[in-house]
Amino acid sequence: MAEIIQEEKGGGKKRAKKVVPHMDMTPMVDLMCLLITFFMLTTAFSKPKIMEIVLPEKLKDPNQQAPKISASRTLNILLGPDDKVYTYPGSVKPEDYNNLPPLNVADFSSGPSGIRYMLLERNRALFKKINDFNQQVIRGEIVISQDSLRGAISKLKSDDDTGPIVLIKAYKTANYGNFVDILDEMNICGIARYTFVDIAWYEEKMVEFASGISSSTATATSTN
Amino acid sequence: MAKVKMPKKAPHIDMTPMVDTFCVVLTFLMLTATMRQPEPASVDTPFSISEKPTPDFNAMTFLISTDDKIFLNFDNGPDTLLAFRPKVLQEMGRRYNIEFTDQELREFQKYPSSMGVPMQHMKTFLGTNDPNERKALQVGIPIDSTDNQLANWIVAIRTVNPNVQTCIRADAMTGFPIVKKTLDILQDRNVNRFNLVTSLEATKINLEEIQQ
Repeated sequence: MAEIIQEEKGGGKKRAKKVVPHMDMTPMVDLMCLLITFFMLTTAFSKPKIMEIVLPEKLKDPNQQAPKISASRTLNILLGPDDKVYTYPGSVKPEDYNNLPPLNVADFSSGPSGIRYMLLERNRALFKKINDFNQQVIRGEIVISQDSLRGAISKLKSDDDTGPIVLIKAYKTANYGNFVDILDEMNICGIARYTFVDIAWYEEKMVEFASGISSSTATATSTN
Repeated sequence: MAKVKMPKKAPHIDMTPMVDTFCVVLTFLMLTATMRQPEPASVDTPFSISEKPTPDFNAMTFLISTDDKIFLNFDNGPDTLLAFRPKVLQEMGRRYNIEFTDQELREFQKYPSSMGVPMQHMKTFLGTNDPNERKALQVGIPIDSTDNQLANWIVAIRTVNPNVQTCIRADAMTGFPIVKKTLDILQDRNVNRFNLVTSLEATKINLEEIQQ
């Protein structure tokens, strides 16, 4: 491509040219185009986001008791294998260990079979309150700064005493994506009180029974 | 009226303004670029609606791969002069009776991405420049109860930098038990607040539709 044309005028007396020397910028433009393309492709424009979660402190003192919560408001969510979620309300009493309550199956879709449908159903009062509040802010009926907006919503949440208290537990074959998904659902549905706790042995049994896997195969897959 | 004389040469476009523009764009891109650092394991983070950006400094990030290996990355603090990384490595060296040279500490300070090297191989790792050899040494930080190096790292980082935040970056397909184990180790060291690294995904829900 590059060509150097040397003009040679035989014998003639050399005269200084009056024309301003002109530089061809096209190769430079080509090069810059390449560099820009390279930078645009390697730059990570969208920074990854973070989702905050606070887990309850571990009880190190054996005499310490876990806080008591009312069984009527409790909703247990068990993350099962194959992206399935199992739920049951209340708690299981020791005398029911031989006769475990059945589990409801849900998934992470947004349709009627999804966990979101069920959570919104139970959390409707609070969700509606938060939603109305947000709408009022958008319409300009309430003037509030962005910082106090978050505070106001968390106040709405802490004042709430109708929504469920969700206990999230993970079966051993669940994956990390399920865990993030369920915490995400908590944020979407505006659940005021939720926490992540260890799964109990009878709950593992309930998941195994509901998903139709025997406990021996489950151990085999979890060690893989 | 004088007759306009057409030049015989081919018309010439002056590229100088274009070069100027490109220069500006290029400078902008070079200055704003945050290069993607090559990570020892590729991880596809799950999606969430959270819009909070990851902290730029004062963060320790646990990278958990799909094959249950744990890698750790932490920064030098809000100012690179604080040089938290070499201090943490020295602290770790004290616990494992390894003396690190200045050269090794410098190498550790500027290492840009996550590390999953057991302390026994740390000297070899910092001494070599061969990417293949380095890759072979990245076997994940040991978390067995007999040799829980991850716990020591957590303690060392938190001693050097008390303001550190905990970020967990795992693949959506990572099995939950290893994540749970990491959380347990962190909670045993009184870390109860976690940031899960996710990608943003907008979700909208229609209340009327749900009520129906």
